[in-house]
Amino acid sequence: MPKVAFTGQLQRFLPAPAMDAAGDCVRALLDDVCRQNPRLGAYVLDEQGALRKHVTVFVGDRQITDRLTLSDPVGPAEEVYVLQALSGGSAFGETA
Amino acid sequence: MSDRILVGTRKGLFDLRRGKSGWAVETVHFIGDPVSAVLGDPQSGRLYAALALGHFGNKLWSSADDGKTWDERPAPAFPPKPEGIDDPFPWTVHSVGMLEPGGVPGRIWAGTVGGGLFRSDDHGQSWALNRPLWDQPARQKWMGGGNDQASLHSICVHPANPDDLAVAVSVGGVWRSRDAGASWTLEGEGMIADYMPPDLQGSRETQDPHRVVQARSNPDRLWCQHHNGIFRSDDRGTTWMRITTAKPSAFGFGVVVHPDKPDRAWVVPAVKDEKRYPVDGKLVVTRTDDAGRSFSVLANGLPQQPAFDLVYRHALDIDGSGERLAFGSTTGGVWLSENGGERRAELPARLPPIACLRFAA
Repeated sequence: MPKVAFTGQLQRFLPAPAMDAAGDCVRALLDDVCRQNPRLGAYVLDEQGALRKHVTVFVGDRQITDRLTLSDPVGPAEEVYVLQALSGGSAFGETA
Repeated sequence: MSDRILVGTRKGLFDLRRGKSGWAVETVHFIGDPVSAVLGDPQSGRLYAALALGHFGNKLWSSADDGKTWDERPAPAFPPKPEGIDDPFPWTVHSVGMLEPGGVPGRIWAGTVGGGLFRSDDHGQSWALNRPLWDQPARQKWMGGGNDQASLHSICVHPANPDDLAVAVSVGGVWRSRDAGASWTLEGEGMIADYMPPDLQGSRETQDPHRVVQARSNPDRLWCQHHNGIFRSDDRGTTWMRITTAKPSAFGFGVVVHPDKPDRAWVVPAVKDEKRYPVDGKLVVTRTDDAGRSFSVLANGLPQQPAFDLVYRHALDIDGSGERLAFGSTTGGVWLSENGGERRAELPARLPPIACLRFAA
């Protein structure tokens, strides 16, 4: 069964230990992760189910390409890493 | 009078208290994280803080014990965007800009960058998008003002009738509901948008109110700091009178009105409109006592050496007595007045850039 691990930065907000998850693509794995840890979903995905703009996911050493529907395949023995992108430092930087 | 101010900054929520020796930072919550909206709900006594995390999205936290402990609640969020719908705009909350008490137990309205208006009737434990406003055809003409998407930033709940709402959108005009949001009318006759082509400058759906506030004692009196001047309404937003005489500038973001003297209002002027810094690098507040016929420039206690403090729309507030005013700036300054702005004191602290500032009980 694939394993999903999360950036340590998430631990500031909620428990996010690495966990085994069922599925053969990133979407299925994250769906299973959210079933096991319901608060986690809103930190990783936006309300339309897409990967948040400044979150990134690797399957092994491959960065996923489908950030919208998360269809990138995952092998049964692979590890998936949910990380924060370095692009996301600014939140409300825009002016009023 | 209120002895407490909540300040939402780029790096945390600062809880200011007024003690014997004046105002000071008492505690800091969510240190390091951007706080986009704050509320001390007078009805429940709960505190609310909306975080706009750079990586992990919008979060809402609430405290029932004055900030000693916080619990996370769902943040306002859109429902799934229907497939095939003809709507080029994203159904996502960019950030929560405004949390407003709804006037009935448990009710809170949330205004967001992204344009959505949300309502909770259970102290923020669940949220629903107000579809009657979101589904207005005129929304397709809304535009971003500063942000990429429109911002619903002002929610005026009638003090005697919580079903009577006036809300404002930058850029999207002023809207009124008399039935708690079940139906809406687009108001704003008399507003002028100089940034539009000549024939569209009076179009109500593309007006850019930066902030709209109501007078507690006379909720028909609304004040608006607009992109193109200061506007006043005496009929709860249906018609507006433009005021351009305010010196040194009629451009700004925040506006407050005295709760019991509807003719008395304050703004913090800036250079219009792309540059956005205090005129001549001198930070001042402008006050009218006669419904906009004249304005006084109040500079006492404010930096007159080069100062480039901009005050965002939610970073100027007045307390329930009408005597205490406070505002915070993009460079982290906080100024406080206890006599209607005549004299000000600077908070002895250098805070992070300030998004919002609000008196609390």
